[in-house]
Amino acid sequence: MTTLASNQSLPADWRDFFTLTKPRVMTLVIFTAVCGLVAAPGGIHPVLGFTAILAIAMGAGGSAALNHWWEADLDAGMKRTANRPIPTGRMRREDARDFGIFLSAVSVFVMGVAIGWLAAALLLVAIVYYAVIYTMWLKPRTPQNIVIGGGSGAFPPLIGWVAVTGEITAMPLLLFAIIFMWTPPHFWALALFMKSDYAKVGIPMLPVVAGERATRRQILGYTIALAPVALAPWFIGGTSWVYGSVAAALSALFLVLAMPVGTRKRSQSDLMIEEKRLFKFSIYYLFVLFAALVADRVLAANGVIGPGLFA
Amino acid sequence: MTPEEETEFKRRQKSRNLVLGGVLLFFVVLFYAITIVRIGDG
Repeated sequence: MTTLASNQSLPADWRDFFTLTKPRVMTLVIFTAVCGLVAAPGGIHPVLGFTAILAIAMGAGGSAALNHWWEADLDAGMKRTANRPIPTGRMRREDARDFGIFLSAVSVFVMGVAIGWLAAALLLVAIVYYAVIYTMWLKPRTPQNIVIGGGSGAFPPLIGWVAVTGEITAMPLLLFAIIFMWTPPHFWALALFMKSDYAKVGIPMLPVVAGERATRRQILGYTIALAPVALAPWFIGGTSWVYGSVAAALSALFLVLAMPVGTRKRSQSDLMIEEKRLFKFSIYYLFVLFAALVADRVLAANGVIGPGLFA
Repeated sequence: MTPEEETEFKRRQKSRNLVLGGVLLFFVVLFYAITIVRIGDG
């Protein structure tokens, strides 16, 4: 381990603590958590709903801070991350660790006391999954790290749903599965056209370890596997045709865009247009799919559309 | 510590205290609201 230069005499700026929580990642966490919370059957008092989302966001922030603490050495070696608070010496490494543990503990406690202990237990699992199982254990060891990392991004809608219902049913598990299957094609599309320094710091990203062809094949494979998962909420009767038709259209489009990425070969001075298009689309895909789910459930709850497959 | 460093030290300490105070106040209000809502649930 290298010793990092630090200004130990100065207390770290509070904005650097905010940076540790990865605010940009958190916006997606909050969005999917809110979708899970609103789509769940039954209602939750707005104050409690807000508290549940806040707890999820704090848990995400806490585990992100732990990620900063653990990967400070790697971050220092990569251009994209070299200006983070710890590598630049704006913050002491242990402070990030303590902040992360404290934030995580508070988030689980608040969730348990205000909402329920099942949601709190799931939140704890999500934090440990991201900070320990993914960051510390599997990310540096397997080229499938993105698949595993996708699991941590898949927790928020599940927790949001369970915060309302108090039980784990098929629907929240499907929301988990959707994000889980969506993450690999989303991230690997980016990895194909973004030159990253991961190889330099020894993180085994799939395009580097298994080659570009294998990565392309796996993008296509996960996109194909995602389609039935995305349609499953409709098949099992958890949503109406409103969600079903949107999911079918999005799945078809995702497949159409993934096909060339999965099968083509990079040429000299390639602009990687297909890969960039797929990456951009994948973001809209998730956003629209979850919005459709919420619209579907809100319409159903207000009696605009009936239950059942085609009602 | 030079005078400039000391001013910066004080400035950061002050802004951190303000932020922390704000966060604590927010949680006091939030827990009050949660309590009221949950008592209402009966």
